[in-house]
Amino acid sequence: MSIKYTEDHEWVKVEGDIATVGITQHAQDALGDVVFVELPEVGKTYVQKDTAGVVESVKAAADVYMPVSGEVVEVNQALADEPSLANSDPMGAGWFFKVKLAQPDEVAALMDEAAYTAFAA
Amino acid sequence: MSAAHTELQKTPLHDLHVELGARMVPFAGYSMPVQYPAGLMAEHKHTREAAGLFDVSHMGQLKLVGADAAAALESLMPVDVIGLGVDKQRYGLLLTDEGTIIDDLMFVNWGDPAQTTGESRPRAAGEREGPQLFLIVNGACKAGDIAHLQARIGDRCQVLPMPERGLLALQGPKAVDALKRLVPGVEKLVFMTGGAFAWNGTDLYITRSGYTGEDGFEISIHGSQAEAFARALLAQPEVAPIGLGARNSLRLEAGLCLYGNDIDTTTTPVEAALNWAMQKVRRTGGERAGGFPGADVVLAQLDGSQPATRKRVALIAKERVPVREPAPLENMDGQTIGQVTSGLISPTLNQAIAMGYVQPDCAAVGTELFAMVRGKPVPMVVSPTPFVPTRYYRG
Repeated sequence: MSIKYTEDHEWVKVEGDIATVGITQHAQDALGDVVFVELPEVGKTYVQKDTAGVVESVKAAADVYMPVSGEVVEVNQALADEPSLANSDPMGAGWFFKVKLAQPDEVAALMDEAAYTAFAA
Repeated sequence: MSAAHTELQKTPLHDLHVELGARMVPFAGYSMPVQYPAGLMAEHKHTREAAGLFDVSHMGQLKLVGADAAAALESLMPVDVIGLGVDKQRYGLLLTDEGTIIDDLMFVNWGDPAQTTGESRPRAAGEREGPQLFLIVNGACKAGDIAHLQARIGDRCQVLPMPERGLLALQGPKAVDALKRLVPGVEKLVFMTGGAFAWNGTDLYITRSGYTGEDGFEISIHGSQAEAFARALLAQPEVAPIGLGARNSLRLEAGLCLYGNDIDTTTTPVEAALNWAMQKVRRTGGERAGGFPGADVVLAQLDGSQPATRKRVALIAKERVPVREPAPLENMDGQTIGQVTSGLISPTLNQAIAMGYVQPDCAAVGTELFAMVRGKPVPMVVSPTPFVPTRYYRG
């Protein structure tokens, strides 16, 4: 099981048919201190590239896009309560939401770590 | 030529910022530090608790020289310039002929160098004899301001830019402790006064003022000495470098306007709730009433004969959702009655704070409004300023 990345600086970790989504180290570094996140509604279905949430630092706001199509099955309430988790542990405790994949083949088209590292450089 | 191809200017501290690990961004035509590795939040809190060093060398420093300089500057601003004592500082507003704001600035009466004692005041190239006013204007406006001053009053006094000088701000409750170790005597200054000092053989002009709501100082120093002086300040245990990001959140908490966001050439001083900046002597019935650009508009708004149709207000959100410019503001009936011009989550209060313009009937403190954020209403209340109490040192 590997982690994939989007051009919108999100990471996607697939386990079975569930994808966990967060923002990358590069994204949190570019945003600076995250002070607010808005998470999608559990049970709502999205199409890939839909706006699914917002992440804001003191100086900037950015949309969070749905990296894959599917239904949101869980959101990270701890992150909503403590947005700085997106800075301190973006790939771990700072995850945003989990999606039940509607089109699993979308995942294969995302970037792997080497491609994303080159993209973000 | 596109902006991307325009060479950014560098302040005298540019290499120091890079060495300190700052993230540099284009601002007012300069490459400026938006934050250092500590981050905006830590920098903001450090300034509120200890002392923060800001490079504001992008701002314009200039002087007006000549016996008629004060009267000439009064012809461009709704402000008492003539009555300002030597080494006293005041906030000023350059106005268009429609009474809207070209720029906001700080000015100091430097007196006549032939008559002042103590350390010498910094000289400008080509200056003649006579009384002097020292002006600090916004970086993004400085070229336009200088052209405006030259065109309007260049025949009444010398307008002398001082591009060779850097400007540092040291802000926070411990700023005085750090600065007085390097420049003994600065502790005697009080808020909105200044004095000529020296450090390592270079002349400094220091005012006790700033734009964070804290006690602090602004230090004008020759560009060739600015880095050495900044390093000496950073060596003090209280002092950390602070970027433009925290400068913005600090000034908003203090309820201070950012030119380009909260005031510009579409806003009058009365709409902007800057009435405090217009002394009685320049208002209707005052000894030197009017006589500045747009006086008909501004005085009629001040005396209520032609009231302003909108007012700048401070807003606090009841929910912890950032409300940024240009969020529309609606009344309880869902009618759009204004717009946000600055907004963020206050690092000190941990609440969403904002400034914006609303219809006068919605401007009273306590009025409840909604800011529309991504199509959703965020409840807000019109609040007094400053959001965070100011701690200016008044002696």
